[in-house]
Amino acid sequence: MVAGWFTQDSGEEDFRLLGTRCTACSAVFFPREDSFCRNPACTGGELAEVPLSKRGRVWSYTDGRYRPPAPYVCDPDAQWEPYTLVAVELEAERMVVLGQGVPGVRVSDLAVGMEVEVVPGVLNEDGDTVWTTWHWRPLGVAS
Amino acid sequence: MTGEVAVLGAGMHPWGKWGRSFVEYGTAAARAALTDAGIDWQQVRSVVGADTMRCGYPGYVAGATFAQALGWQGARVTSVYAACASGAQAINTARSQILAGMADVVLVVGADAAPKGFFAPAGGERPDDPDWLRFRVLGATNPAYFGLYARRRMALYGDTPEDFALVKVKNAAAGALNPNARYRKAVSAEDVAASAVVADPLRLLDICATSDGAAALVLTSMDFARRHGAGDPVRIRAVSTVTPTYPKAVLDLPDIATDSAAAVDPLPRPFRASIALAAYEEAGIGPEDLSLAEVYDLSTALELEWYEDIGLCGAGEGAKLVREGATALGGRIPVNVSGGLASFGEAVPAQAIAQVCELTWQLRGTAGRRQVPGARTGITANQGLFGHGSAVVAVR
Ligand SMILES: [Zn+2]
Repeated sequence: MVAGWFTQDSGEEDFRLLGTRCTACSAVFFPREDSFCRNPACTGGELAEVPLSKRGRVWSYTDGRYRPPAPYVCDPDAQWEPYTLVAVELEAERMVVLGQGVPGVRVSDLAVGMEVEVVPGVLNEDGDTVWTTWHWRPLGVAS
Repeated sequence: MTGEVAVLGAGMHPWGKWGRSFVEYGTAAARAALTDAGIDWQQVRSVVGADTMRCGYPGYVAGATFAQALGWQGARVTSVYAACASGAQAINTARSQILAGMADVVLVVGADAAPKGFFAPAGGERPDDPDWLRFRVLGATNPAYFGLYARRRMALYGDTPEDFALVKVKNAAAGALNPNARYRKAVSAEDVAASAVVADPLRLLDICATSDGAAALVLTSMDFARRHGAGDPVRIRAVSTVTPTYPKAVLDLPDIATDSAAAVDPLPRPFRASIALAAYEEAGIGPEDLSLAEVYDLSTALELEWYEDIGLCGAGEGAKLVREGATALGGRIPVNVSGGLASFGEAVPAQAIAQVCELTWQLRGTAGRRQVPGARTGITANQGLFGHGSAVVAVR
């Protein structure tokens, strides 16, 4: 459902979010923009796929203490386990990217400015399919 | 002066969970505004409805829905949608028509019948919709974004959850004096602290509820107002509906990421501040001229950010204002004397119109026990999903 948003079939070490970069003005887009450059001063270039920085610093964070509504997929019969949401500032791209924290990371483990890295995670499992997503993991925490 | 329109009538349906149709609420508010203006419905030459997207087809064509309910009489009709800024866009549409000479008397209506709990995106499998994606991929509800802003303020400025609670205490005290408010009970800081965490660090009482409700205005040309015997009406002097400037560097609903600033430096002024600035520039006033302000307190922490964005204080000084009582009734610059969303809850297409209703009553001096003495100038501020600015300056 989010085709091309991150590398597929790469190990945790090589896992990256994928954006696009305008060849004319070098603006970066995530989620990827494949149709047109959104820089109003740009007359338009090609949009080439580019991996985003693996590491960044926490811009802010929060959690979800209540079950979000659909289309978020979760087992309605299971007890709700809060997840964290981490907004991460990528220095090279000069942008903030939101993602879930790795399972088990709580808000008490996080701080603004802390270094985190992107790792593959499981969004949900659907019959035979495991849907992958990206998670932010504080450096020095094993998943 | 040429840019002004008169507010002849303001009306609301009380907010709450009433279990009825948005058409009933909007029609009740419209009739109240017409009565307040002393205008017969048949005199209205244009109807502008703020759309209610979750209420089926009539909600998508709200202008015509209200016109039908009030009785077809051949008026021009418009329906507008801009999420939380729908009401401001409806007011701006009415104003533009009046200033262009297309209509002398325009009725503006917004109404909602909101479901309980989190707002959710439209149904279906729609991966091309950023609003759908943020729920599907991240479970990122609206309060999650409010939590991110609140935590960021704590890290940057040293705001505390106790500061946030002061906003709720203040707005609940004002809302207790407002017969149209849904919640009319005083709230203590202890009540806020005892409520459940929804999105850390924000608790249930830091976050506005969803509500049913409606608000309406009768706007006219200044000439019509004079002929109608209103020599000194409340006037709308500016309406800001600006979009952000690329790159938008603050994470915002419903986006998963900010624009990258790798190619272009962001302006020093964030989007929310640019909304108010555009209104000030159009009105030819500044924050020092304000008697009061109504801002979109989706969360208590967000209200503090609006203080800074509408120029009541510098960046990071919002909590100081609420601690000093400057923004409470009786303070130097009262904010959300209506009780705000904290007391009303969200009825999306109605809220920006309701803010202008409150300014109207305050500037007329008819706000009763929540009156700001001698109020002459007010601003409203809010923001709609996908970069819709919304601010209105009204004067007397
Ligand atoms: Zn470009």
